[in-house]
Amino acid sequence: MDALQLLIGGVANGCIYGLVALGFVLIYKASEAVNFAQGDMLMFGAFLGIAFINEDRGDLPFLLGLVAASLCLGLIAYALDRFVLRAIFGQPQFAMVVLTIALGFVLRFVAGTIWGYDPVSLETPFAGEILSLGGLTLAVADLLIILATCGLTFVLWLFFGRTRLGVAMQASSQNQMAAYYMGIPVKRVNSIVWGLSGVVSAIAGVLFAAKGAVEPSVGLLFGIKAFAAAVIGGFGSLPGALLGGLLIGVIEQFAARYAPSGYSQIAPYALMLLVLILRPGGLFAQIAQKKV
Amino acid sequence: MNVQTPENVMEVRNVETFYGPIMALRGVSIDVPKGKIVTILGANGAGKTTLMKTVSGALDPEKGTVSFLGERVDGQEPDQMVRRGLAHVPEGREVFPFLSVEENLKLGAYTRRDREIGADIEMCYQYFPILKERRAQQAGTLSGGQQQMLAIGRGLMARPKLMLLDEPSLGLSPLLVQEIFGIIRRLNEEQGVTMLLVEQNAQIALNTADYGYVLEIGRIVMANDASVLLASEDIQEFYLGGGHGTKQRDQKRWKRKKTWR
Repeated sequence: MDALQLLIGGVANGCIYGLVALGFVLIYKASEAVNFAQGDMLMFGAFLGIAFINEDRGDLPFLLGLVAASLCLGLIAYALDRFVLRAIFGQPQFAMVVLTIALGFVLRFVAGTIWGYDPVSLETPFAGEILSLGGLTLAVADLLIILATCGLTFVLWLFFGRTRLGVAMQASSQNQMAAYYMGIPVKRVNSIVWGLSGVVSAIAGVLFAAKGAVEPSVGLLFGIKAFAAAVIGGFGSLPGALLGGLLIGVIEQFAARYAPSGYSQIAPYALMLLVLILRPGGLFAQIAQKKV
Repeated sequence: MNVQTPENVMEVRNVETFYGPIMALRGVSIDVPKGKIVTILGANGAGKTTLMKTVSGALDPEKGTVSFLGERVDGQEPDQMVRRGLAHVPEGREVFPFLSVEENLKLGAYTRRDREIGADIEMCYQYFPILKERRAQQAGTLSGGQQQMLAIGRGLMARPKLMLLDEPSLGLSPLLVQEIFGIIRRLNEEQGVTMLLVEQNAQIALNTADYGYVLEIGRIVMANDASVLLASEDIQEFYLGGGHGTKQRDQKRWKRKKTWR
């Protein structure tokens, strides 16, 4: 029973890691570079959620606030790619790495200036509510996080598999030049991917804020853990990113419970190291040899 | 200059294209008449692919003009060129490896919104029956020849007014090359697709095409009907490998020069 309890808590945390990792992978596939501001986008999304939903701020219903926050962050991310990152299109990857690290700083300070540096938490209708099921005591927030992640994953799966834009996104990530030759406006599609990544980050941020307090530097640690999740999944695979996030969430919980104190901090990275040694491409590596 | 004759789908005039500091095209002019197959021959590094990329908008020319269907198009983005009716089948196939064969074909019709896409996919399957068998398979797992067929079919799906074929024979067995060029010929005759064909395999290219250009280090050095080129001594010697039979031994080969130098 104890283990099951831990597992559910871990999965809930892992869902958030997974969603941020998903944001990483989306952008990595579109721009072929890692967006080191991903964790800060989560933080910004969380603050936007708080600004829309909390009683003393926007006072919107939870769902409406969630939608508003994700639309806002989606637009911000789209604009970031359209106006900032496209300016360095064609530069070496390192330029993008430095630029996204800088963007992270900017987001952190903007958030601090607007919302202050004190921890704030999101007021939700289900805050602190607990569901007793047999011998299990489950936080409603955890269950909702798991449900929301499942729903979002399903929507994304439909989007990438079934819609014209989704397939075009896959195509431009697999072969950018050929996508151009098909008439796909690759640059605009990339900006839309950034927007999508913003939407996913905002949802992850609001879910995160539903569980705990948010302050401007929260994205830093989160980004690193989610990065580890994406690496475990095999950077470039969407299901891999989610799985990597879940694994990290679960192992962290179990390490915190059973391992000596402090080990829960390094457990995710130990797992990443192990995966890199055993399967250097990650769990879901998409590597194809080009035929000549 | 630049008087547009209605028969020409594409006219390229004095185009100069650079790769960084390297001048890859040194003033190239070609015409592609409607309904014909025009081929561009040349060795490695002659600038054939550069010319294709310039024409399809992937590279911008430094000087010169490209007109397509009577309008100037140099400096346009590749996706706009597709919307204007130009399909580029790139060198080395460049299929989308993790998408299925059918998804690849559908992406070929990305710019179209009509209801006949399904019928056109069936048409592709008629020309390339093997693709129908493999329709659900990931394109990256196809053989080289099948990928080339998919790339051509994908280009066809845009219902292009001009199709650029960049080295369709690359890395294929002689038998497969025959088959692919047979289909290229058929597409031209039955569907009326105008084609600009780049090839290293001069023999098959000249046998397929109506008109040919020879490109050497960024310049057009010969231009004529394909049959004339096929019979020309220079082409025989430098692109078709001999043709002098036993006499070759008697001849002082090292003395023979290309007439265009």
